[in-house]
Amino acid sequence: MRIMLKIENMTMKFGGVIAANNFNANIEKGRIVGLIGPNGAGKTTIFNVVTGVYMPTEGRVIFNPDDREHVISGLRPDEIAKLGVCRTFQNIRLFKDLSVLDNVFIGNHLRIESNVFSSILRLPGYIKEEKEILKKSLYLLERVGLLQEKDEKAHSLPYGKQRRLEIARALATNPRLLLLDEPAAGMNPQESRELMQFILDIKDEFDLTIFLIEHHMEVVMGICEEIFVLDHGELIAQGNPEAIQNNQRVVEAYLGVE
Amino acid sequence: MKANMKTAKSKKLIDNRTFISFVILIIALIVINFTDNDYIKRITSLCGIYVILGLSMQLINGFTGLFSLGHAGFMAIGAYTVAILTIAPEDKVMNFFMKPILPFLANVEWWFFPSLIMAGIIAGVFGFLIGAPVLRLTDDYLAIATLGFAEIIRVVFTNTQSLTNGALGLKAIPNNTNVLWSWAMAFITIGFMVFLMKGSYGKAFKAIREDEIAARSMGINLFRHKVMSFTFSAFLAGVAGGLMASLLGTIDPNMFRITLTFNILLIMVLGGLGNIKGTVISAIIVTAAMEVLRFLDESINLGFIQLEGIPGMRMVIFSMILMAVVIFRKDRLLKGN
Repeated sequence: MRIMLKIENMTMKFGGVIAANNFNANIEKGRIVGLIGPNGAGKTTIFNVVTGVYMPTEGRVIFNPDDREHVISGLRPDEIAKLGVCRTFQNIRLFKDLSVLDNVFIGNHLRIESNVFSSILRLPGYIKEEKEILKKSLYLLERVGLLQEKDEKAHSLPYGKQRRLEIARALATNPRLLLLDEPAAGMNPQESRELMQFILDIKDEFDLTIFLIEHHMEVVMGICEEIFVLDHGELIAQGNPEAIQNNQRVVEAYLGVE
Repeated sequence: MKANMKTAKSKKLIDNRTFISFVILIIALIVINFTDNDYIKRITSLCGIYVILGLSMQLINGFTGLFSLGHAGFMAIGAYTVAILTIAPEDKVMNFFMKPILPFLANVEWWFFPSLIMAGIIAGVFGFLIGAPVLRLTDDYLAIATLGFAEIIRVVFTNTQSLTNGALGLKAIPNNTNVLWSWAMAFITIGFMVFLMKGSYGKAFKAIREDEIAARSMGINLFRHKVMSFTFSAFLAGVAGGLMASLLGTIDPNMFRITLTFNILLIMVLGGLGNIKGTVISAIIVTAAMEVLRFLDESINLGFIQLEGIPGMRMVIFSMILMAVVIFRKDRLLKGN
């Protein structure tokens, strides 16, 4: 099995606060890996380090999409996205006032080859590219079931659909590694089950490796092949779902100790 | 059914109403172009220039979401470029009586169009150079920095005697700008904006306006796109400045104060942030209103009472109308697309 993402001895400090302490993780290609932990455990911090929002205080992150290792810690978020890492956000960050279609269209922008002048003059090379982008965007919208709403403003969509739109937008960047920050937040059990199936489907269809943060244990235990458990910035457990469920430290972290 | 209708409508570049207004505008411009009334022609040319300026500011503030107030500076650069390049050599000697002009510029006399393009390019280059350090700032800080830039340009132009003739300004700039020139440039600008915003790069600009963090996570190089937008905006402001210099025939550094930027800002806000059509309309209305209200500065005879003219009254009334419009039509005003 090839390692897609390697986080080595990563420490992230904010002044005196240690948000993540000496975190290590290897994520194998083609897997769905979960990251869980109580609130404030440092899960989103790890996502922010991987996607370049933060530069780790110590350690490094290595991304290996196709047998070439890239050290991505220290790169800008847009450079990391170009290499093939894309994400969704815990508190949805859509381009609110733009249409649903435009949101996905913009996800394609990083792969565009025409320059700005051929886009203004609408030269044949650009027109061809735009047609392909449009076709792909419409396909992705159909895939997430938002084709009907393509001309609506993104902020007018109900919550669950906004989450799906965020995934469609992330998929538009052609990622190899997709990071989902609480994809099932605010969903009812029925919606969660649909989401699980959806994640499994896109993983196969787009040949993805998925790293996700989630609080719904049903989702995490249902689809993750490997789980990392974080508490107060420390990795306290790692393993397959059964091992995690029976791990004493995990139970203590979630329920507290007498 | 409703959704389908919406789709059909949004696919077309312009709807029927816009098209009709467009045709009426063209006819009006042609008619004005063939009248003998120089005053009307002059105002119409000025309208075209403000359309360019409004759209230029719209690009950086309305579409890319960067609060920039450096327009007067870029206009000054454009205006001086056109002036220096088009003033005839013998007029240059007359202009620069305090201190002679730099030797390599003394015998330059370009045609109007290349000078205009040069005005845009030089303003664009300045935009690029200023943008590189300044666009790392956001919000208010960016506004302060760009405002500072505009003031620096003005002060520098006041002191570079052998290049700009300092505070004396430049006179005898050939009057090339007419309705045709200014509106041809305005239409090119409108086309530029429509096609830019329709394309992938324009959408990327809007993405930056909507959410910078999401935009960069989607692989948009924030800095590159911001500098691009800023440079284009500076280019357009430079061209507009050049047109204005040639329309007025005389320029001096004090023309390019913050109030000029404020006028453009006004046009942009009234037109609606990110609204191209609205900006064109508001540029025409604001420019025309500033002229129409000129009678308020003069003495008015109401028959039973003779009011004495108060200089500046026009600006008071204008500002009041503006306040009323902003307060009562806020929702409509700020709704862009």
